Amino acid sequence: MKTSILVFPGTNREHDMAAAVRSVSGDEPAMVWHTETQIPQSDLIIVPGGFSYGDYLRSGAIAARSPVVKDLLAKAKEGVKILGVCNGFQILTETGILPGALMRNAGLNFICKKTHLRVENNETDFTWAYEDGQTILCPVAHHDGNYFADDETLAMLEGDGRVLFRYADENGEVTPEANINGSRNNIAGIMNARGTILGMMPHPENLIEDLHGGLDGRGLFESLLEKVA
Amino acid sequence: MKARITVTLKNGVLDPQGKAIEGALGALGFDGVNDVRQGKVIDIELDETSKDSAQGKLTDMCEKLLANTVIENYHIDIL
Repeated sequence: MKTSILVFPGTNREHDMAAAVRSVSGDEPAMVWHTETQIPQSDLIIVPGGFSYGDYLRSGAIAARSPVVKDLLAKAKEGVKILGVCNGFQILTETGILPGALMRNAGLNFICKKTHLRVENNETDFTWAYEDGQTILCPVAHHDGNYFADDETLAMLEGDGRVLFRYADENGEVTPEANINGSRNNIAGIMNARGTILGMMPHPENLIEDLHGGLDGRGLFESLLEKVA
Repeated sequence: MKARITVTLKNGVLDPQGKAIEGALGALGFDGVNDVRQGKVIDIELDETSKDSAQGKLTDMCEKLLANTVIENYHIDIL
């Protein structure tokens, strides 16, 4: 699986992503610095987590205007698979590739813990290795993960099966208590209309090996490996 | 030419930071404080001398970077 990982000043999860890709696919991803104007030909482009530009102005706002993003938009149009996690999700919403915005967590705290997610749609290139409705464990580490979209956008996302992950309790129940950051409809991850781009706040790349405390993140990378490689 | 851009959250967008400030004001004994909303102010100095041209440039800046129009409104004051 030819994978490129975009790196901005302040990105800090690129090596976790690289380890996950390596572990599942055996291939070495390429790191692409934000000043590059051409992303190498790739099956998958990953926008990893971190604190690009110190979250100045708005999380992801300045990274979303970097030189490399022009080519990211072009590759998105071509239908190249793109995965944005955490700050990567924030960057993708800031570019307009994905709808909505990620706001300050409702409780104002930075949240760093393992949470449960319900897989809402397994008929996608990102999730087919999971069962539909499966409850998975996935760590989160963010301050601005409170997903907001207006009513119309939300209805479209829900109606088209574009919500792939929701914050849930350990039994997979989507409850207000399980909604760690105040996201509308407990949304943790959404995809674009074509099903080629996924943005999510939790970190599947951090549940890849037994030493991580679980393997629930592998399914996402295995899904991609099967579908794109 | 100096300009001040005020960015505020749109109506209907929840503002947890505003809520926290409202709570803190209440705790300090300020009564009758309702609906606190937090925004940001960005001051910019431009080489521009024409007000119209500055207004156009600043609007472009707001649309492209300074505000996220999914959740925010902006207001431009040329000082």
